[in-house]
Amino acid sequence: MSDYKIHLLVCGGTGCKASESAQVVSNLKKEIESQGLSDFAQVVTTGCFGFCEKGPIVKIIPDNTFYTQVKPADAKEIVDEHIVKGRKVEHLLYVDPDKNEKVSDSKGMNFYKKQIRIALRNCGIIDPENIGEYIARDGYEALGKVLTSMSPEEAIDVVKKSGIRGRGGAGFPTGLKWELTRQTQSDVKYVVCNADEGDPGAFMDRSILEGDPHSVLEAMAINGYCTGAGHGLIYIRAEYPLAIERLKIAIKQAREYGLLGNDILGTGFNFDVELRYGAGAFVCGEETALIHSMEGSRGEPTLKPPFPSVEGYLKKPTNVNNVETYANIPVIFNRGAAWFASIGTEKSKGTKVFALAGKVNNVGLIEVPMGITLREVIFEIGGGIKGGKKFKAVQTGGPSGGCLTEKHLDTPIDYDNLIAVGSMMGSGGMVVMDEDDCMVDVAKYFLDFTVEESCGKCSPCRIGNKRLHELLDKLTKGKGEKQDIDRLINLSNVIKDTSLCGLGQSSPNPVLATISNFRDEYEAHVFDKKCPAGVCKDLMTYSIVDENCVGCTACARACPVGAITGERKEVHFIDAALCIKCGACMEKCKFNAVIVK
Amino acid sequence: MEKVKLNIDNKQVEVAKGTTIFKAAKQMGIDIPVLCYMHLEDLGIEHKPGGCRICVVEVEGRRNLAPSCSTEVAEGMVVKTHSVRVLNARKTVMELILSDHPKDCLSCAKSGKCDLQNMAVKLGIRDIPNQDIAEMSTYRMDFSPSLIRDMDKCIMCRRCETMCNDFQTVGALSAINRGFNSVVAPAFEMDIEDSTCTYCGQCVAVCPTGALTEVDHTNQLIEDLANPEKTVIVQTAPAVRAALGEEFDMPAGTSVTGQMVTALRELGFDYVFDTDFAADLTIMEEGTELLDRLTKHLNGDKSVKLPILTSCCPSWVNFFEQQFIDMLDIPSTARSPQQMFGAIAKTYFADKINVKRENLVVVSIMPCLAKKYECQRDEFKVDGNPDVDYSITTRELASLIKRANINLAILEKQDFDAPLGESTGAGVIFGVTGGVIEAATRTAYELHTGKELKKVDFEELRGLGGIRKATIDFDGLPIKIGIAHGLGNARKLLEDIRAGKSEFHAIEIMACPGGCIGGGGQPLHHGDSSVIQKRFEAIYAEDKGKKLRKSHENPYITKLYEEFLGKPMSEKAHHLLHTHYVDKSKKIIYMK
Repeated sequence: MSDYKIHLLVCGGTGCKASESAQVVSNLKKEIESQGLSDFAQVVTTGCFGFCEKGPIVKIIPDNTFYTQVKPADAKEIVDEHIVKGRKVEHLLYVDPDKNEKVSDSKGMNFYKKQIRIALRNCGIIDPENIGEYIARDGYEALGKVLTSMSPEEAIDVVKKSGIRGRGGAGFPTGLKWELTRQTQSDVKYVVCNADEGDPGAFMDRSILEGDPHSVLEAMAINGYCTGAGHGLIYIRAEYPLAIERLKIAIKQAREYGLLGNDILGTGFNFDVELRYGAGAFVCGEETALIHSMEGSRGEPTLKPPFPSVEGYLKKPTNVNNVETYANIPVIFNRGAAWFASIGTEKSKGTKVFALAGKVNNVGLIEVPMGITLREVIFEIGGGIKGGKKFKAVQTGGPSGGCLTEKHLDTPIDYDNLIAVGSMMGSGGMVVMDEDDCMVDVAKYFLDFTVEESCGKCSPCRIGNKRLHELLDKLTKGKGEKQDIDRLINLSNVIKDTSLCGLGQSSPNPVLATISNFRDEYEAHVFDKKCPAGVCKDLMTYSIVDENCVGCTACARACPVGAITGERKEVHFIDAALCIKCGACMEKCKFNAVIVK
Repeated sequence: MEKVKLNIDNKQVEVAKGTTIFKAAKQMGIDIPVLCYMHLEDLGIEHKPGGCRICVVEVEGRRNLAPSCSTEVAEGMVVKTHSVRVLNARKTVMELILSDHPKDCLSCAKSGKCDLQNMAVKLGIRDIPNQDIAEMSTYRMDFSPSLIRDMDKCIMCRRCETMCNDFQTVGALSAINRGFNSVVAPAFEMDIEDSTCTYCGQCVAVCPTGALTEVDHTNQLIEDLANPEKTVIVQTAPAVRAALGEEFDMPAGTSVTGQMVTALRELGFDYVFDTDFAADLTIMEEGTELLDRLTKHLNGDKSVKLPILTSCCPSWVNFFEQQFIDMLDIPSTARSPQQMFGAIAKTYFADKINVKRENLVVVSIMPCLAKKYECQRDEFKVDGNPDVDYSITTRELASLIKRANINLAILEKQDFDAPLGESTGAGVIFGVTGGVIEAATRTAYELHTGKELKKVDFEELRGLGGIRKATIDFDGLPIKIGIAHGLGNARKLLEDIRAGKSEFHAIEIMACPGGCIGGGGQPLHHGDSSVIQKRFEAIYAEDKGKKLRKSHENPYITKLYEEFLGKPMSEKAHHLLHTHYVDKSKKIIYMK
């Protein structure tokens, strides 16, 4: 990178920024300057390290010291101790929860041990606003190689041989998509980057664009060369201001370096990229809806065929790929298709980025080889379930996916296996649930999202999802009737069978998966009017165990609605008719006298 | 043509490549139910958004069901249109649609003619599950002078959008909101009255449910007819007689002029007159204006612009008042026949029968919704009293006749009253695209050349092509005529004019497909656009059967000028029979 002896890499991703990482950067810079170390140490704002649970992250190179939860006030200590005296700042080091030992090198952390970072290779390492740092890490070498030494067909062949499939969720073979677009004859063609990341909790595309925007630009240019397109469009949601900002800087720099624009690298190849903003509609992640939105129309899907590779943006052949797919492309050319294909399973090659969320200890962004098991992801990388609770289920594939249980923990994760067990890869959301999660409530939560995000074009999705949600709500309120579970199943199947696009074709998955894996829980709601997990408020009753109550009156004083009566030193009583089930009494009781059933 | 073999419901069939499953099945006599789909073949409009999902079928080897309206056949395809899976899906989807639709069918304007109701019958729906917990998507009612939007009844078929945006290029309606709350509405959910809507009523004509309906004036009419203080007179537009019979199960294209007159008398109108009379009057004014402008223009008067555009279609007037405000001086200033009739009725005729203006109720029967708006325009009122009090549609008239227990089919044929009931064939053809300009040509030719027209049928001006052109030889002077029906077609001609590329001397424009015969107030075609062709033929047959076929030969018109107006374009004629146009663009937001 340069002559600096020490680099302080500070995460500038959205999550760490929200925890004042920008202030950490400026404090570090100030401190370094005031101590006259400006020629010796350099502070670099990087993209996401992935370990968001413990952000803001500061990593010191060359010794790989990994500081977590750094506050702006820690800057002085880091400089004084680590930079000047060469001693690690102990209280900022990560503590391995299993061994209760401090780990200073990130390579020794369970969170990173099983990860292989291809798409995220530069995130947390380079300054995304400096093209020089991208180039220093082999950036634009693939583009140069493709333009100067390969025909488009040869380049497509490399992508095909690598076996990479679309990372947006559906898993369509990328090379084949490129080939189809190439084969369509047209004077004008487009390549589009789908950066309309919409799964709740998923942020891999945003992190790539924030941490390594040039990798996407480089891949799009390669894609343009292969398909015969001169225009690239990045459809990005306006809620990603930092990613947009960094993309704008990257595009400007790439143009200045002659890596975008006319006559790229003197090869006569012309290609440029423009940004298009979406208003944040989930359905615009569907490629036909995305294209309509870019054209200025309502973001609604249309029937395929015609596929965008034949008739897409402005009726011209259009190749749409997801951000993460693009981020893999330069590496495939740099390290070879065979290398890429050596990672993963037979039909799913390479790695996949997941946004690990929910009840795991290590929430964050991870990149793992295809074929890794859910157990490894949740219990090793994720560090197990929070608070020592019992694992119950994991939702993959976002709101359109399904939930998997204990029995699926050793299933190798790839496109086909996940579908075979009733879920899907999706764009990489992974929400872990523990014993305190009610599966009816979880299904309702995901339906909430799809009801909101349906475009409204086709009736099964527009009305059906709403009705599914109403039925689930009925169950959680204790009003379920015996035929309701069958109705949920039939309605779910019809919605899947008749909806126009992928949204409706998959939105009932959480319902079907939770019924198939946790039917007893549904039946408890319907027949016993009970929520076994104790989540559905309407099905809960708070009461006082006489033997345990000492009559301290703490519960009665905490009750906001005066539902608890009882004299001092006498057993108290909760009037169920008045109780609003807020749980305040339970929290206050020191004698475990308040129970909920 | 390349053929494709496939199997539908265990039968082999061979169809042209590119055919949809729905059409392939239709060729075999299998009627797959469709709801949002609409194919107005004669107008070149095929609406197949694949939105309702009623028409789904099972295709072997395909993961999910396929919408037959928009899925093309493929070689060797095996299709099942009524498997258990299909029937269950269809029924469930229909139940879903009905679960978000009001159940007040008994008092709905579309009851009995509702595509949704018919589909519920066809699919044997007997129950709507979980209705007790099913929330409905509700919207505020939107009233305008011509049409009412009750979007609670909208099923998102989007047919109205296709008519409004693709065919008419008006752009007043499009889908807004997301998910369950999606609905078709003007931008920002503004009132339709504040939008670019021209009241052409084509949205109403294709709406499968009661979501879009006309403003109903029949009850007001019944009260006026019963009021002894009022003299109630009626005028009937030419296109009404060619379509009214359809409402009484007569074949499309049955002309019921005489029976209609009898029915109107039985309903209690004091005088039954004909808008065709006013159409003849329009030709006198508009034809004269055309010749005047033509002569001045040919003599080098640069201040006189050509082409002259017809102005009898109120929807078209609304269109250019909103979207072509830079060209307000091009259309003829002649009022529409409806308004000419009203102006003459409330002056000349009121005097003749000695009835005060405020006691004379002028009602018009129109194939049109925009006429309801037009007669409320301030330009057509005297001291607040409108020349035409209100306008009812062909559909409303049919409803009224039925309510009065009158069977149109067995009525004797009667003649219109004099003096405002006499008309020529030229007045009749106002009801079809090309008719106004043909009528004008018949008169202008004779007035200009001073010679008798040997052949009054100008076949070159007729037809259902969206944009047509012809050159008529005015005794050595070639007059270039353009014709457009449908506002989308009109827009093309207008943009040519704006760009200075127009070759025409005169252009006729009608907002509705086929002209007034395809108006928004006509009996519903339910997707069968062939009825327009049949109405078209009925109008020309009526013209052919008339003794007089040129407006200036109408003896009552001659008399009207002698007794009252003086001559065409006289000051009095100007005052009563001409109008001006206003810039309405400011209140609307432009579509790009």
